[in-house]
Amino acid sequence: MTLTEIFALSLGAILIENYIFVKFLGICSFLGVSKKMDTAFGMGMAVIFVMTVASAVTYVVNRFILVPLNIGYMQTVAFILVIASLVQFVEMLLMKMMPALYQALGIFLPLITTNCAILGAALLNITNELNFIGSVIYGLSAGIGFTLAIVLFASVRQRLILSDCPKAFEGFPIALVTAALLAMSFMGFQGLKIW
Amino acid sequence: MKQILFPVIALGGLGAIFALLLAFASKFFAVERDERLPLIEEVLPGANCGGCGFAGCSACANAIIEGNAPVNACPVGGNECAKKIASIMGVEASDEAKKVAHVMCSGGNANAKKKFAYDGIKDCIAASKVQGGPLECSYGCLGLGTCKSVCPYDAIEIVDGVAKVMSDKCKACGKCVAACPKGIINIVSYDQDVFVSCSNHNKGAELRSMCNIGCIGCSLCVKNCEHDAIHIDNFLARIDYDKCTNCGKCATVCPRKLISNQSEIVSVQPE
Repeated sequence: MTLTEIFALSLGAILIENYIFVKFLGICSFLGVSKKMDTAFGMGMAVIFVMTVASAVTYVVNRFILVPLNIGYMQTVAFILVIASLVQFVEMLLMKMMPALYQALGIFLPLITTNCAILGAALLNITNELNFIGSVIYGLSAGIGFTLAIVLFASVRQRLILSDCPKAFEGFPIALVTAALLAMSFMGFQGLKIW
Repeated sequence: MKQILFPVIALGGLGAIFALLLAFASKFFAVERDERLPLIEEVLPGANCGGCGFAGCSACANAIIEGNAPVNACPVGGNECAKKIASIMGVEASDEAKKVAHVMCSGGNANAKKKFAYDGIKDCIAASKVQGGPLECSYGCLGLGTCKSVCPYDAIEIVDGVAKVMSDKCKACGKCVAACPKGIINIVSYDQDVFVSCSNHNKGAELRSMCNIGCIGCSLCVKNCEHDAIHIDNFLARIDYDKCTNCGKCATVCPRKLISNQSEIVSVQPE
């Protein structure tokens, strides 16, 4: 893989094909944990970690177990197994290292297991026929894209709470409108598709 | 046969490997949690009212274990809760009388005179910002229910323009005490029946122009008390709850019919 390809791949995953704003994957945690900037950032970090490692492990699992045995149809089950174990691991890690963040993330940490963005990244690695390095970089970039989106959104929502808005729009409705506007602005990055 | 066997072996093997790795990780990253913590959390009411001064019940349980809070830190759970926690912690709990909040005002629509008609936000804190509130009496209960809205136990009712605490429901968490902008809610013993429910320190003549029931500081109650339990403090009668025997003598002599004897009220009601 040349440097240009890697650059194009990561730029694509972060901006052009942003998981949240363009692919609409992982919306659950995106809306759930974006009330505060630091928890949003913590969630983003956890997702980056799980996505990167999951991409690497799922690549190995797919390449050396599923493909040789010709049981590609087991992809989803095997990948969920990998992701669930990784999430368990991250949970233990956080409980030990950062109990405050562990409490703040609450139920959304185990829910990374069912975060479709992570399974999406693992499956897209296969469909895009990326090699090992490509998979890891794609997973990492997708995680960074997720973090970028959730942190941007959290910073907007923090101000949104204080601002005066019509009663009917308070809370989730205005948050969803904001998410839509952010998604539209991310559509602008489509112009970067030059490679 | 292969079609079934391969997936089973492959996935089973994967599962076993991950299980082993996680088992090692859980040993390696084990967090030492005090085993008493979940027990105490279970005993605590779980309302997360914050009455103890901590962020919630689990924070309170943490503080009890770390020794930052006494075993009877939870005002809501009362004696029963304190005893259970004490047995978990392995210490003796001292018996503490149940406490309730009491509103030190008897004014309301019938008695307290209005300075102006207030038509703003229905909230005592907002109302008290406007000239100290709409009442002539600057100490009186505004009756807009800020205490009622903060009460996690629905123990406060606004009756005829003055807040009343239903002592059976009250857990003495102290939220209303902190919320009242006039600072006229006190925490008292549940067994106390006799109250001078007034907070006004103005002289008698001034008070008469403000309120039909407030304490004028005539000191008749002081003279008639056989237990030296009532004193005039700056034109306002105050009961020393430690000395008071709830005999109710003061209630009978009070010319303003201000001093209430709740035990009597309770016994009269059923008839």
